[in-house]
Amino acid sequence: MSEQSIVISIFAAAVTAGTPILYAALGELITERAGILNLGVEGIMLVGAVSGFIAAVASGSCWWGLLAAMAAGGAVAFIHGLLTITLRANQVVSGLALTLFGTGLSGYLGKSYIGMPVPQAFKVEPLGPLAHIPFVGPVLFQHDVLVYASYLLVPAMAFFVYRTRPGLILRAVGENPAAADALGYKVFTLRHLYVVAGGMLCGVGGAYLSLAYAPSWLENMTAGRGWIAVALVIFALWNPWRALVGSYLFGGVDALGFNLQVLGVAVPTFFLSMMPYLFTILVLTLLMAKSGGRVVPPGALGLPYDREDR
Amino acid sequence: MPFRFEKRLAPTPFMTVAVPVASVALALLFCAVFLALTGRHPLELYMAMAEGALGSAYGLTETTVKAIPLMLCGLGIALAFRMQLWNIGAEGQLYLGALAATWLPLTFPGLPAIVMLPAMVVLGMAAGALWALGPAYLRVKWRVNEIITTLMLNYVGILLVNYFVYGPWRDPKGFNFPLTAQFPPAALLPTFGDTRIHAGLVLALALVALFLVIFRNSRWGYEIKVIGASERAARYAGMDIKRNMFLVMALSGAICGLAGMAEVSGIAGRLQPGLSPGYGYTAIIVAWLARLNPVAIVLVAGLFGVLQVGGYIVQTHGVPASVAAMIQGAILFFVIGGEMFTGYRLVFTGRKGAAATDE
Repeated sequence: MSEQSIVISIFAAAVTAGTPILYAALGELITERAGILNLGVEGIMLVGAVSGFIAAVASGSCWWGLLAAMAAGGAVAFIHGLLTITLRANQVVSGLALTLFGTGLSGYLGKSYIGMPVPQAFKVEPLGPLAHIPFVGPVLFQHDVLVYASYLLVPAMAFFVYRTRPGLILRAVGENPAAADALGYKVFTLRHLYVVAGGMLCGVGGAYLSLAYAPSWLENMTAGRGWIAVALVIFALWNPWRALVGSYLFGGVDALGFNLQVLGVAVPTFFLSMMPYLFTILVLTLLMAKSGGRVVPPGALGLPYDREDR
Repeated sequence: MPFRFEKRLAPTPFMTVAVPVASVALALLFCAVFLALTGRHPLELYMAMAEGALGSAYGLTETTVKAIPLMLCGLGIALAFRMQLWNIGAEGQLYLGALAATWLPLTFPGLPAIVMLPAMVVLGMAAGALWALGPAYLRVKWRVNEIITTLMLNYVGILLVNYFVYGPWRDPKGFNFPLTAQFPPAALLPTFGDTRIHAGLVLALALVALFLVIFRNSRWGYEIKVIGASERAARYAGMDIKRNMFLVMALSGAICGLAGMAEVSGIAGRLQPGLSPGYGYTAIIVAWLARLNPVAIVLVAGLFGVLQVGGYIVQTHGVPASVAAMIQGAILFFVIGGEMFTGYRLVFTGRKGAAATDE
């Protein structure tokens, strides 16, 4: 392999490895923008991955799989919403519960699907003439449909959050729910809505792993990607564009480790596998150190909203 | 029907016990419905789990064996949670404790038990503490979110252990299995009779007593509680928050490290991958379900030991062991959902907008 083609393949792999993290990060981003911290991303992704896989096997179509993953992701996220929004439970603990529950649930449902081939996976479909642009083509435009969809989702979400009226209301609900409530916006309903929408996106992230990236089902196949997505939302300062950059950065670290292994670098694989996790800590630390610890999350993030406390 | 929640002036003692118990029952019911929907017989399954975990001397000792690491990690986690420090890294701290404790018998197999065991305890606790101090430092220095850092270090810790058992520490006489050599007898924790229940239980119960004193009678326990309730109030009262963060995280990690030491020295007698089936995560549920109360942690760890053993048992019925994790997660859901009902009462308001009619 020429040097250039290695570089291209690493960059292209960064995009595919970053895509599941990107979907999950966007899901968590929109949830946190509404003021709800959901630490269940890892569990939601696993539930999405397994239900997507099962539905794809049952129906023979990866599209039904995707739909099932979204439905399942939204459904388990709704549990978190019910607990934290309606019952005002501790958001940290509820999210952890969701991760543990999702891990167990996916293991239970997926046991008989381990090692099974998927009848139809999301396949690479070069994007017309764009795919032939030197360097950019193979890196960005020789992927599957879900990668292309994420290219559209990032600007769409950025536009929605910063440039539309519902986006403004979303931010208000996350920054100051009492004020939004006083203005007549349905804080509880909106929060539920965004928690479910965020869960659906995390479900897509999981389905990307089981229906495009792997494509197969393995217990705990997310391997911490959900948590990396949570960290990424902080790194992204709750901005979709920064989430995109961050996801590919992590995808790159992932891909680099794998490629170093293939090239036979004399570092034990265990240490290469540690890289994404250590990199997450490093990136968060750099961000916090640079800002002097003053990273400003949405004002009401993690706080249950209670009308009586107004 | 329209409803709202009305704050109770004080939670009644009856409710503080009844609600968690009802929550566990509801969680089991919820899972039963789910199991039935996926084509299993829930009642049969639950009976098999209970029978397997409690119905024989073997089951009871296995349940106790599984409860020991849950107790230890649960105590460590509860300490940190009391200060609103979210140490999610018990799993990694457990692995690090096991790793450090293993080093001694592999390097100096000839040491007598009187030196070996205490030294292994110290090493395990030190390694667990160290693994928790990194996140504590980042939290104190730059407010880096400790949930994420402790969690990331779980993955790193497990990979580190795998590196050693697959690499430099692999037993040359082990037929190429990823295991270290068997520890000499001096490095094994004593067991009760010929059961697998080991002295880790004594250590855990001693810690429970210690924690009771710390939480109930000591100034330090009070400081932890105040800092957890309100950092600002603690600062006004002149409490050293940073010092307490380091102390609490170190001790929390040390106890989880001790759990790891007890697992290698009391159960396996060697270091191996997959040392813990997620004790560090399950212990989070244990700690919260016990409302961070040391005595309650013993009871809840016992209950979760039953679930853990039951999970293995039902595998023989063709049901994946992860059913235990699913039930445990569901229990936590219902327990935190139920907390609302201890502090509040549900009031049905009749027609929307109508005033509450009771009292």
